[in-house]
Amino acid sequence: MSLFTSKLLRNGPSATRVREPLGDRIFLLVVKLMLTVMLLVVLAPLVFIVANSFSSAEAVNAGRVKFWPVEFSLHAYEVALSNSQVLQGYYNSLIYAVAGTLISVTLTVAIAYPLSRKTFFGRNVIMTALIFTMLFSGGLIPTYMVVQNLGMLNTRWALLIPGAIGVWQVIIARTFFANSIPDELFEAASLDGASEIRVLRSVVLPLSKPLLAVLALMYTIYQWNTYFDALVYLKDPDLFPLQIVLRNMLILNSTRPGAEDLAQQLEQMQLVSVLRYALIVVSSLPVLLIYPFIARHFTKGVMVGAVKG
Amino acid sequence: MATTTPHPTPVPSADRRPARSPHRSDMELARRSRWAQAQLSWRRHWQLYLLASVPLAYFVIFKYVPMAFNVIAFKDYSPVLGPWGSEWVGLRNFELLFGNPVFLTLLENTVILAGYLVLASFPIPILLALALNEIRNGWFKRTVQMVTYAPYFISTVVVVSMTILLLSPRSGIVSTNFLGEPDYFRHIYVWSDVWQTAGYSAVIYMAALAGIDPVLHESAKIDGASRLQRIRHIDLPGLLPTAVIVLILGVGNTMAIGFEKAYLLQNDLNLAQSEIIPTYVYKTGLINADFSMATAVGLFNSVVNLCLLLVVNFAAKKVTGKGLWR
Repeated sequence: MSLFTSKLLRNGPSATRVREPLGDRIFLLVVKLMLTVMLLVVLAPLVFIVANSFSSAEAVNAGRVKFWPVEFSLHAYEVALSNSQVLQGYYNSLIYAVAGTLISVTLTVAIAYPLSRKTFFGRNVIMTALIFTMLFSGGLIPTYMVVQNLGMLNTRWALLIPGAIGVWQVIIARTFFANSIPDELFEAASLDGASEIRVLRSVVLPLSKPLLAVLALMYTIYQWNTYFDALVYLKDPDLFPLQIVLRNMLILNSTRPGAEDLAQQLEQMQLVSVLRYALIVVSSLPVLLIYPFIARHFTKGVMVGAVKG
Repeated sequence: MATTTPHPTPVPSADRRPARSPHRSDMELARRSRWAQAQLSWRRHWQLYLLASVPLAYFVIFKYVPMAFNVIAFKDYSPVLGPWGSEWVGLRNFELLFGNPVFLTLLENTVILAGYLVLASFPIPILLALALNEIRNGWFKRTVQMVTYAPYFISTVVVVSMTILLLSPRSGIVSTNFLGEPDYFRHIYVWSDVWQTAGYSAVIYMAALAGIDPVLHESAKIDGASRLQRIRHIDLPGLLPTAVIVLILGVGNTMAIGFEKAYLLQNDLNLAQSEIIPTYVYKTGLINADFSMATAVGLFNSVVNLCLLLVVNFAAKKVTGKGLWR
């Protein structure tokens, strides 16, 4: 029966689709209306921000911009992209994202792969120990003391190492290895006399590209978006990632004025509010650029985790 | 598939014996066979043990050593003497904490905020997933999915900035100063969170819906069931196990509610409701440099959270037949 109906469905809507009863068509209309409302609610703030960022300072300050740029201007972007703090923050965040992702993915694979092997003695004990750290954390201050004792305070390492491995990511990777690499492969490889590291490098990793993509995306997004570790561990403004720079400019209002006369100061104050909108757009741009990849791969990662939590 | 025969695995001889009261020699044998297993595993996988040693060291240093450093909650910590050399004060930090009227406010703020968040962010993703599941694959469905999913990837700093810009009387689209009113803090926190995560959370439910056998829907259709009836009697029961897990996980996370957003949304005016345990720990420890007190508050939080998780896991086992882990 299911064969019959699925064939029916495959034949396409125009040929065989039966007209739905009136009640269902009304219901579907309501559903679509609801989805449209949800779409608009999510979209409206984003459009509001973008529209403001492309408007003139006067229009923004007068509150005349709603959902379309008024007196189109790129001035805010020019100022944002020539600000040394923003550029330094961008540069730092790029370093943290690239280096952090490399370190994190390597370490995650290094623990998840052995734990995925059924003959790896101690795997259950180790896994339990890892999961326990999800349930009970050492806390902010004790972790700070460890970082302090290691001499990592106020260095780039403080953002790369203390949060390097996510247990969730280990679970995702371990599940992937356990489910998608057949055991026969290991036997064949060991009969050929390949060492464990060699098997990992030339057999397992080439088969695990989707996993590596998911892990890399997750860690990159985390590094790009987080500000907590930087807030706690860094004092030197030259090391600040973009998110801290944004926080200082957007939320604490601490843009350095540096203007001489009153007219200039006033102009700058006006500019500051447009600048905020432009900064939001500029800082979210890298994530937006990789968003199509994220939408495809992230979902898979979420699913793996959800299936085997 | 049929040709692959299970390769003979050496069964420990202890397991083969007829069941009887655990004799000393049996336990000895079992212990020895475990030791033999370990040796075999080491001979076979020594490279993997070396590989795993680096991440294991990471977990010891950055997760387990901090747990040990929690002793300073029971000490008068002095940086010169270190966590082990500092003087013991017993439960004094906890007595001070529980005696402080601020403590009750903190606890109340934390629990109410977390509870509100769990309840408010529960139904909307389900509604979104059910609605998306009803409509045909096409540009509209794809657009709704892509757009609602996107805010999840915006940073907390940016989301809070957007919230402030939208809600500030000067630049935004409203005329009340919502952020200066303590009473609005929770609504702002929770609903901006729903805005950010609804699309992402819906993905999990979409997967659960995709797992429902289409034959159920087809036969219901033949029986003349309306769309609403099919949602009510097929989709909702199909979502129930996932929904229970999500809800339970949310409750289990009560005490682990995010520092990042609360700290950013805080200002002197809304502090009465926006000060929660994590932000208080940060301020006490790193701004006022009272390490022992901050650790005591943090430890209290971690222990309560662990208990909550255990209770919640027990409940999950009762309801769904399996726990969240193991």
